[in-house]
Amino acid sequence: MSTELLQLLLESFWETLGMVGAAAVIAALLGIPLGVLLVVTERGGLLPTVWLNRSLGTVVNATRSTPFIILLVALIPFTRLIVGTSIGTLAAIVPLSIAAIPFVGRLVENALREVDAGLIEAAQAMGATPLQIILKVLIPEALPSIIAGLTITIVSLIGYSAMAGAVGGGGLGDLGIRYGYQRFLPDVMAAVVLVLIALVQVIQFAGDRLARHFNHR
Amino acid sequence: MTVLNLVPPIGDAPPLRGGSGGSPAVTAIAPIAAQAGPQGTRPMVAVRGLVKRFADGARQVEAVAGIDLEIRAGEIFGIIGRSGAGKSTLIRCINFLEQPSEGSITVDGVDLGSLTADQLRTERRRIGMIFQHFNLLSSRTVYDNVALPLELAGVPKAEIRARVEPLLELVGLAALRNRYPAQISGGQKQRVGIARALANQPKVLLSDEATSALDPETTRSILALLQEINRKLGLTIILITHQMQVVAEVCDRVAVLDAGRVAESGEVFDVFTHPRAEITRTLVQDVIHQELPVETVRAALAKAADGARLWRITFSGDNAGEPVLTELVRRFHLSVNLLQGHVDEIRGRPFGSVLVLVSGPAQEQDAAVAHLGQRGLLIEEISHVD
Repeated sequence: MSTELLQLLLESFWETLGMVGAAAVIAALLGIPLGVLLVVTERGGLLPTVWLNRSLGTVVNATRSTPFIILLVALIPFTRLIVGTSIGTLAAIVPLSIAAIPFVGRLVENALREVDAGLIEAAQAMGATPLQIILKVLIPEALPSIIAGLTITIVSLIGYSAMAGAVGGGGLGDLGIRYGYQRFLPDVMAAVVLVLIALVQVIQFAGDRLARHFNHR
Repeated sequence: MTVLNLVPPIGDAPPLRGGSGGSPAVTAIAPIAAQAGPQGTRPMVAVRGLVKRFADGARQVEAVAGIDLEIRAGEIFGIIGRSGAGKSTLIRCINFLEQPSEGSITVDGVDLGSLTADQLRTERRRIGMIFQHFNLLSSRTVYDNVALPLELAGVPKAEIRARVEPLLELVGLAALRNRYPAQISGGQKQRVGIARALANQPKVLLSDEATSALDPETTRSILALLQEINRKLGLTIILITHQMQVVAEVCDRVAVLDAGRVAESGEVFDVFTHPRAEITRTLVQDVIHQELPVETVRAALAKAADGARLWRITFSGDNAGEPVLTELVRRFHLSVNLLQGHVDEIRGRPFGSVLVLVSGPAQEQDAAVAHLGQRGLLIEEISHVD
């Protein structure tokens, strides 16, 4: 493989890392509160608000059932509104985030549901407010599961980011398609796949370590 | 059924329950004097007309069907019943974890039903609670679990430390302060639960089956700790349990719950030794061994044709130390054949009975019954076995 291609590989690697990293951070920042809302607003929850719960659930399901490649295209006007352009790595972050937020929301929802109801009751008996219960009981107790969920999200985002090439987002997947497939350079394809495998391994390992660090069960 | 009454019953002492195999006819002849408890009378918790209904599909189920209770400051009050009797719902109503459907809960003069959500939260800080499954946060160390209620109340860090340390000493867990709940035993977890419940210096401690998940030895040590806390801090403790032994060991007074109502309540010693309700008798059998040896009784009655009679003499409290059998022999010149005897301890007071076959002149027997009755012993004549 020529230095030129190596250079290209490195560049794509950073693009992937940038897109996925940014989308993951945005997804966590919005997805965690979304998951909390899904849990606390349900009937019998800490702050039961059935209409909000139903609306959020519907939006989440709608987003999650739309294939990413369609979401990518459908969101072009929205992306242009936010980043000023619909093409490029920066633009790809928008649909990636939008797809990941409900994904994180559901994973966080599941993680929070695993928290023993007895703990919430104990906190209520201590005079905790709903916000205190969320911040001091629900999230800390669910943290290992939330971290595991975010790890899954990041790995999924790496897969999705390969489609970002469709909007000129670049990245490893795009490199693999354009050079490995369309120009028939199997060594580029192999290199791309190997780098992706290594990347996923590292992320999964780090995520597991972090989850274990916070798990005292 | 043949029942012989030698002396009309004094007072309203009910007959004790017989054996489960055959059921010997038993007649109470003389009651035990009622005992008064040592506690004060200011109610710390007042439950009035409490009803709690749950929707079960279209049906409404009354878990608590009209309960009135007054729990005095500084006492350990037991609430006992079978599962489904409504005891958990009752205790959860006391700190409004369950909103009562009807009736009122007053804690230290404050009517909880009249409070706003915010006021209720403040009030709850003064009502500690411990749970069957401890409900400790797995993500927090022993120290941080005990500190949690103080954090929630907005207590500054330095003051939290000053309050948590002595609590850890009190429950004997100072050495384990940095362990996580998963790293300690069930008994130790409950000690953390107790320390946590005490952190906000509550007036009342609610214990919801706190020893039910523990082995007997650990149960005893936890009960001893609760008693120590009750004495040291003068803390009022309301204790829910299905274990009669727990009530017998630590409670001053007890309410027996059945189908959402109070079947019977009073001083533990009285309720145990004079159970009035059927449910109480059943529960009491766990701790007090009142079953008659049916075959022994049958054989004894067969031999007792010639004027001999079968008596069960029940001792309790102060009269347990008296030389009753010796008196029957020496003073009334009766011959006494001991068939069965045992002594239990309830709240540190002895309670027991002997089953004796007594023979001798009829007038001496009657005199002996009258004498023992005056001394406060319960004498029952067993006349036949079904």
